[in-house]
Amino acid sequence: MAALRSSSAAARALAASSRPAIRRPASSVRGMAQLADAAQQSQHAAGENAKMKTFQIYRWNPDTPTEKPKMQSYTLDLNKTGPMVLDALIRIKNELDPTLTFRRSCREGICGSCAMNINGTNTLACLCRIPAEDSKETKIYPLPHTYVVKDLVPDLTLFYKQYKSIKPYLQRDTPAEDGKEYRQTKADRKKLDGLYECILCACCSTSCPSYWWNSEEYLGPAILLQSYRWLADSRDEKKAERMDALNNSMSLYRCHTILNCTRTCPKGLNPGLAIAKIKKEMAF
Amino acid sequence: MNAQRLGTTALRRVAGQPNSFFTANIAKLGLASSQITTLQTRQVTTQKLTHNDEISLLAKQRLQRPVSPHLDIYDKKQTWFGGSAWNRITGSMFAGGLYVFGTAYLAAPLLGWHLESASLAAAFGALPVAVKTGVKFLAAWPFVFHTINSVRHLTWDIGIGFTRKTIISFGWYIWGASVVGASYLAFFL
Repeated sequence: MAALRSSSAAARALAASSRPAIRRPASSVRGMAQLADAAQQSQHAAGENAKMKTFQIYRWNPDTPTEKPKMQSYTLDLNKTGPMVLDALIRIKNELDPTLTFRRSCREGICGSCAMNINGTNTLACLCRIPAEDSKETKIYPLPHTYVVKDLVPDLTLFYKQYKSIKPYLQRDTPAEDGKEYRQTKADRKKLDGLYECILCACCSTSCPSYWWNSEEYLGPAILLQSYRWLADSRDEKKAERMDALNNSMSLYRCHTILNCTRTCPKGLNPGLAIAKIKKEMAF
Repeated sequence: MNAQRLGTTALRRVAGQPNSFFTANIAKLGLASSQITTLQTRQVTTQKLTHNDEISLLAKQRLQRPVSPHLDIYDKKQTWFGGSAWNRITGSMFAGGLYVFGTAYLAAPLLGWHLESASLAAAFGALPVAVKTGVKFLAAWPFVFHTINSVRHLTWDIGIGFTRKTIISFGWYIWGASVVGASYLAFFL
């Protein structure tokens, strides 16, 4: 055991010594002790090679509700910041302004927490590179036309309620043939590709002008993509009921193929196509 | 981070019992105490609320929440230059124009207006050339745009043309084609 430990320590030492070679020396190892100075460093000690970038971020504080929402600027040296917008936000929160509020969790585009509007388009901050070559300020807003809880945190209660309303689970009455599991062919399984990957980050729904004006009744692209995910599942037996629930003027047909949804999806999915397929199935 | 790990393993080795639960914790404690002075602390106190207080607080907050900006900040290429919006605008122009002209035509005999084709053509023919072409272009462009873009909507209805690349490139092609088509109708007919 002791031998194992020392070898792993050696491996770590190796890793530690090799990492600064890959990274820039300025950002090699940043312990907590350096944090206190970092705020001053990032503002004053902009050296010759500093790549300063300004971020304009939407601020609104529920504790002072009468104050109008405003844009606040923060400047960071990109040499000391990670490549993604989320890295910049975390660094701003850590070093410049701990009151800045945003949701984040996985930092790898699988949780959907950090969905926000960056430079005019909805995306996940963790998957969005900081436009480093662009000298313009990067503007960050919460998801458009949502109620703001604080700063970049939108209220998604309605969004989740709508998701619940489409019964996002397998509905089946007949038992499995072998009594163990519901089987489907490879071809049937393939129909779910491009649908099951949706992480419900709400980027597409809040990019849709139709959803902006009719969010109370129109389901929006994300929820309709999920609807189609269950319509397309060969194991589900409530297809008729599911389609019946969509067969009104608002739930589905407020989609006017504006297709901002497909253009904005940070996971590269195609809500617009899924909606078109639902419409087609409803028509024929 | 790596420096901390190295420190931990070094402390464990000094303790002599590398795999023991207790030494591992002692090592962590040692590290923590050496760092504790530099940790960020936030002077926030929380207070306990009853469930009903929480609900009423939430209801109060919800009334105050602002709506985040939308049309003003969203990518202009997708909102102001989106084909869908202009399809609707041009369509409404023609539908509205038809209703206005139709009503005016019905009312014309009563009001003494002259909206017959012959008098309209004569009035239009009397205008200067620049104004004539301008009016023709302004009438032709919405017509061409609406026609081409409607074909695009029909292809979407049968499920074709949904890749991101097609959506973006055809969006611009249609703007180009509608200007070319409207110019042809305005200048060469």
